[in-house]
Amino acid sequence: MSFQEHERQHIEKNVKRKLTDTELQILAAEWSEHCSYKSSKKHLRMLPTTGPNVIVEKGYDSGVLDVGDGYVVTVHIESHNHPSAVEPFGGAATGVGGVIRDILSTGTRPIALFDGLRFGNIETDAHARWLFKNAVSGIADYGNCLGIPTIGGEVEFDECYKNYALVDVAAVGFGKKSKLIKNHANIDDLVLLIGGSTGRDGVGGSQFASDALEGENRSAVQIPDPFIEKLIIEAILECRDTNCINAMKDLGGGGLSCAISETAESLGVGIELDVKNVHLRESDLSPDEIMISESQERMLVISDPNNLSKIKQICNKFRIQCSVIGTVKNDKMMHVKNGDETLALLPADFVARGPLIDRKKSKPEYLSKLPSSPPSENQLSLSDILLKLLSSPNIASKHWVFRQYDHEVGIRTVIRPGFDGSVLRLDNGKFLSVKIDGNPKHCYIDPRNGAIGCFEESCRNVICTGATPIGMVDHLQFGNPEDPEIFWTFMESIEGITDFAKFLDIPCVGGKVSFYNETSDGPIKPTPLIGVLGLIEKSPLLPNAPSNDDVILLVGETKDELGGSEYYEYIHNFIGGVAPKVDFSESKKNMKSVLSLISKNLLKSVHDCSKGGLAIGLSELCIFGKIGCKVNLPSSLSSEKMLFSESHSRYILVVDKNNLDDITSILSDDHCSFSELGIFSGDQIIFESTSKPILKLRVDKAENNYLNSLGKIIQNG
Amino acid sequence: MKVGVIVFPGSNCDRDMYHVLTDVFNLNAEFYWHEKNLPSDIDAVVLPGGFSYGDRLRAGVIAAHSPIISDVKKLAEKGIPILGVCNGFQILVESGLLPGVLLKNESLNFMCQWTNLIVNNNKTPFTCKLQMNQKIPIPIANGEGRYFVDDESLNQLKKNNQIVFSYENKVNGSISQIAGVCNSDGNVVGMMPHPERAAEKAINQIDHKPSSLIFESLIETIGMKN
Repeated sequence: MSFQEHERQHIEKNVKRKLTDTELQILAAEWSEHCSYKSSKKHLRMLPTTGPNVIVEKGYDSGVLDVGDGYVVTVHIESHNHPSAVEPFGGAATGVGGVIRDILSTGTRPIALFDGLRFGNIETDAHARWLFKNAVSGIADYGNCLGIPTIGGEVEFDECYKNYALVDVAAVGFGKKSKLIKNHANIDDLVLLIGGSTGRDGVGGSQFASDALEGENRSAVQIPDPFIEKLIIEAILECRDTNCINAMKDLGGGGLSCAISETAESLGVGIELDVKNVHLRESDLSPDEIMISESQERMLVISDPNNLSKIKQICNKFRIQCSVIGTVKNDKMMHVKNGDETLALLPADFVARGPLIDRKKSKPEYLSKLPSSPPSENQLSLSDILLKLLSSPNIASKHWVFRQYDHEVGIRTVIRPGFDGSVLRLDNGKFLSVKIDGNPKHCYIDPRNGAIGCFEESCRNVICTGATPIGMVDHLQFGNPEDPEIFWTFMESIEGITDFAKFLDIPCVGGKVSFYNETSDGPIKPTPLIGVLGLIEKSPLLPNAPSNDDVILLVGETKDELGGSEYYEYIHNFIGGVAPKVDFSESKKNMKSVLSLISKNLLKSVHDCSKGGLAIGLSELCIFGKIGCKVNLPSSLSSEKMLFSESHSRYILVVDKNNLDDITSILSDDHCSFSELGIFSGDQIIFESTSKPILKLRVDKAENNYLNSLGKIIQNG
Repeated sequence: MKVGVIVFPGSNCDRDMYHVLTDVFNLNAEFYWHEKNLPSDIDAVVLPGGFSYGDRLRAGVIAAHSPIISDVKKLAEKGIPILGVCNGFQILVESGLLPGVLLKNESLNFMCQWTNLIVNNNKTPFTCKLQMNQKIPIPIANGEGRYFVDDESLNQLKKNNQIVFSYENKVNGSISQIAGVCNSDGNVVGMMPHPERAAEKAINQIDHKPSSLIFESLIETIGMKN
């Protein structure tokens, strides 16, 4: 526990006395980067956060979007990187638990989970495989037990995550607008702690997460108990239905310190609590430990004293504990007592609003040193390259992962994991499409355009299902912000995301910043992750399999943008070149036009063209439909670039030939760049250039590599 | 016609089952918390899937000792149709209402995937509208779904026509690819796959009709009785 010079000054200026030990512990937890966002908070304000669907309420830990007919969707994203890098099963599981309680705290039922997982090279690194396997088990164990389907996400491997893990979890909730918790508190309201007991697990977790990962501080990792979480969800929702909750907050990073100070601050009240009333797992916990323990499955609830018996009755039904730990006061102070003794007495806003820092930034030197093209030609044939790419862990099917997740429970899942956006049906007859995307390889080469690209890809994915984007969440993950070069990459990312969000009018309804993602091997590549939510008013476009004679159209322009592509990195082992850059107006135009084609029922299916480029996008469609294709590549670029460039704003349309004329005339009217590439037929993937075959691959062979590679790596090591 | 849906701490398919029974098949269904009593005039009982007691000790074993199970046993003896799905099946097995055990899947992993079932007995209250050997596309989602009985019991099951469903292909290592069984009277049925996840067109793009027939069989059975 240590404070920086400006923080010491801030304390001296505002508190004219020596702080108690408890106060120091509370401030150290609450002012950690993890809780206070001291490096990023100022800059996050640039993101657009309002829009026609956005509902704002004080103290919400998740974004709330109005989806019509009296219903709302809530969304939040979090990561649990440090804990997962030390103890992947428990770290990943408690990451799921935390984000679910953020959804619950608005009074909505969690209905879906998404996770973005990133590890080192699992082909060569047994430790990375161990982390990966156990993080997946942790997520499965927790989400499955709760009965919340994990319906999407992504998995990526890169050397930069060696000895580390990024575990990002996004959760979506659904409920009636009228049942949202309107956070408020009256003087003398009771402060309740509902759920699991407080123990030593996770003590100091947020400070642990606010430093580079060097030692293995396992005691800072929380212990998951999904069964208790499930009981809490049902109990809290039952309390919500009987209107006995005035305000609510999840206990996450910083434990009680954070929950109490932030709740008091956001509601403009004071809270007095007695640590003696907190129900404990271990009786010898010190008051300071009680205040900063991050034990999981706990909710802070503020209720009218008259509702206490109702709440107790509900908690009793579910056999979960409910302790009255404090009361609401009118003095705006956070007052922590141990019986009659005062341990801490500080203004809540002083605790909750840690002093912010202006970080220096400077353009990283590595950027000007990146080579522009691989030193030598590759000796492999294009067919062999495609076959190898299909088995790359970054491209190969992830069904080994998502088959361990219950993605059906809740009976809302209409489009399942493994396609583009995942789609859920809502109770008002509409559908919600969700996708999360990141791309550290692009972001490393071009932090600004890489981040915009993640955002665009996420939009494209929901558009492929016929959904209009209505909101986004971002999760910005970087190394140490005290390093000006790293801070520069953070600033580039957030500025890029802001520009694109404003251009498309997509509000940012939630997000998180995670710094200090580094080990003794160095920082991770910039890893912003964007989740986009789209709404479908009528019916989603299902991923219908292509059949014989269906025509292939490519909307969007393929550019000379192989930098950061799977082709450069996996085949050539090369980092450099020009990374894809989103052309804003082309992007908007293509989104609009593809959506209008879908709404006119003219398309059989649409597939996003992204990682691995056109060659992979088309191969995926062929594998799915168990059918070959015959494609004539435009000669505007070299075959290598046409096949593997990962240019944005591109969509592969599968079209019944009877609709072809209607479609092309609409695309022309909309001034979209598009090309008719060929048809689906036969049992081979065939690419031609100037009428000469340049690539031929049997679909069954492609399928075998694509479907089985990941499982084989895990099983055989 | 009243159908009881039992809710244990940790049940998580209770609301899905309720939705299908009421909104899709217009049955009069009601939730029963595991500490409550079941009315004696109830027409059918469903034990839904989930993780009762967090699967602690062994899936279904703690819930099998819930107070409500003694009512379920009484109703079972009276011949009332009782269906256990997934964790509900595990609970029925653990409570002794159905033979056999459910072990960890051969893969040792939780498995969520669509599979085809084959109807082996269409004389039960939940299969009477299905054809023998009819295929049912349906999802499974479980970690402990591998059915096992010893050879003698297996012969007994075959002799008494107690194998209700089997998997078309090898899925999880179940003996004789068994996916669902019934008691010797045929009124208590347990199955690992989830018919409530396959009985609506919106979420079953393959064919929702076979799973619908499981619910329509129940309607026919209890409708005839009333």
